[in-house]
Amino acid sequence: MNTKMHIVVCLKQVPDSAQIRVHPVTNTIMRQGVPSVINPYDLFALEEALRLRDKVGAAEVTVLTMGPPMAEDSLRKALAYGADRAVLLTDRQFAGSDTLATTYALASAIRKIGATWGLPHVVFTGKQTIDGDTAQVGPGIAKRLNYNQLTYVSRIASFEAEAATIMVERRAEGGVQVLTTRLPVLMTMLEDSNEIRRGTMADALRAAQAEIIKWSAVDAGIPELTKCGLRGSPTVVKKVFAPTARAEKAQQIPVSGRSWSEMADDMIQAIFTRRPGLETDLLARTENF
Amino acid sequence: MSNAPQPTPPRPAGGRASKKAELPEHLKAYRHVWVFIEYERGAIHPVSLELLGEGRKLADKLGVELAGVLMGASHADLLLAATDCFEFGADVVYLVTDPVLADYRNEPFTKAMTDLVNAYQPEILLLGATTLGRDLAGSVATTLLTGLTADTTALAIDEERSLAATRPTFGGSLLCTIYTLNFRPQMATVRPRVMPMPERRPGRLGRIVEHPLNLAEDDIITKVLAFLPDRDSDKAQLAFADIVVAGGLGLKSMENFQHVKHLAQVLGGEYGGSRPVAHKGWIPADRQIGQTGKTIRPKLYIAAGISGAIQHRVGVDGADLIVAINSDPNAPIFDFAHVGIVADAVEFLPVFTDALRARLSLHYVPETFLVAK
Repeated sequence: MNTKMHIVVCLKQVPDSAQIRVHPVTNTIMRQGVPSVINPYDLFALEEALRLRDKVGAAEVTVLTMGPPMAEDSLRKALAYGADRAVLLTDRQFAGSDTLATTYALASAIRKIGATWGLPHVVFTGKQTIDGDTAQVGPGIAKRLNYNQLTYVSRIASFEAEAATIMVERRAEGGVQVLTTRLPVLMTMLEDSNEIRRGTMADALRAAQAEIIKWSAVDAGIPELTKCGLRGSPTVVKKVFAPTARAEKAQQIPVSGRSWSEMADDMIQAIFTRRPGLETDLLARTENF
Repeated sequence: MSNAPQPTPPRPAGGRASKKAELPEHLKAYRHVWVFIEYERGAIHPVSLELLGEGRKLADKLGVELAGVLMGASHADLLLAATDCFEFGADVVYLVTDPVLADYRNEPFTKAMTDLVNAYQPEILLLGATTLGRDLAGSVATTLLTGLTADTTALAIDEERSLAATRPTFGGSLLCTIYTLNFRPQMATVRPRVMPMPERRPGRLGRIVEHPLNLAEDDIITKVLAFLPDRDSDKAQLAFADIVVAGGLGLKSMENFQHVKHLAQVLGGEYGGSRPVAHKGWIPADRQIGQTGKTIRPKLYIAAGISGAIQHRVGVDGADLIVAINSDPNAPIFDFAHVGIVADAVEFLPVFTDALRARLSLHYVPETFLVAK
């Protein structure tokens, strides 16, 4: 490879899902005070990109996200971990994007990134986000860019920059698949494939002052705005609703004035009364010992 | 990023959601329900059979045929697998046989699938939300430029013959119903064990349609070098266990998780946990239960210190009996549990485990029995 290698990492800023609560009366999401974080799965993608850069030497890592202006926070964090450059794709045109519209915008932005700082040899994403959980954006970007696609990568076994080949292990059904392919490639990283580094002090200082490059749809050179956002989304969310409680209320084991062991016995009785077969099965199993 | 990715409140009626244009003429030709049959190393993935069961219901509602799509290298093996598809409900099986389809790879499978869709035009295409199905579905939907709803938990046909696909949203706190109104096929993935296994009807027959791939190995860039099967001992039997005990943040610490494991052991079941405890590292990732983890259908499920957000509920709703232990009387888990107790799981579990062990032991004579004598 005669020029610097270029790696792009797609990140998403997501609400910390552990802290989302639904209003008990109105069934609406209570988002006040819920902190935003980098999608945890994307940190495995970022770390793998940084490791690859460190290994290759002459390489740069650009992080890209699409989201509201406040998504800048996540990009700054990514810079503090050691990314070299951050691009925020932000425009009201993107609001309401489904996976197809999202991949259209992100793939367009990656092309623009390529035209500006050099064609990316590798694009990383997390295996999925914790808010959408679709796992479809990575494959969609790969298809749109016509990159070779490797999903659920658990390990990069070898990477030959000169020959532009890569060998990986990926999680498949019932085992691990070992694959080899050529660059350019898009990889979605499996969780626990690595551990995000602690950024250096120098990176933290750089991140605090770094310019986050902000692109509107026009800035990103997106040719057809009708393919973005709600208009560009073939799927339509018709209704959002809270799950209904079971018609039959849960049988509550009384607690007031009862000792722990009385409560335990009541619970056991309730279980075996409802499922007499269970006790028979369990006793039969004990007899077999 | 999801089909409803921006966490904005639901749009009021009157927006695009209610705007259903008459289906363009060229899309009206799209008919029938298809299921991609995941066939690897001589076996059909159970999720594909579950989807044939669900697809059968959709096809009957629409009054159309149900087809399975089978791809592989050995014609004889595929014919055998096609027999299974018929017995599990398919009317038609599309067969693509080619040496390049010996192992799953994105490129040839995407081509085979998109070629078939373009040639035979199904209105609905279902795939399992496995590592394979999710790898393939995104590529196929992007190639066809159609809508894809991932990880659905319920599928239905509405009055206008559209597929209504329901899935958790907002990180699993709410459900949403998603339509692909003006594009075909309507694509959806479903996670394993979310739908029940249909009954096999031995001797049920169907017809086979063969389709060529026209792709040479030299034209495929990605090569499979090896497949390393998981050792059986590595696989948690969680998804298929009859009894499952799981813990959540209510256990307060990783040390307290031993109470969950201990109870599972006494019951001869498997243990698991909610997403937050998996993220905290209290349990291995493959023991996470819920939308992003395993879907279970045990006879008995005991949830200790788990609040029961949708994202968890969709993974356990198929359990015969759900028992909840939670100190918060307003926890959503009590909305779908059958038996519940408002108690601190850390205190309750050890006592409960001891009491159970005593009751199940051969030498145990119930106290009540002695008193009665």
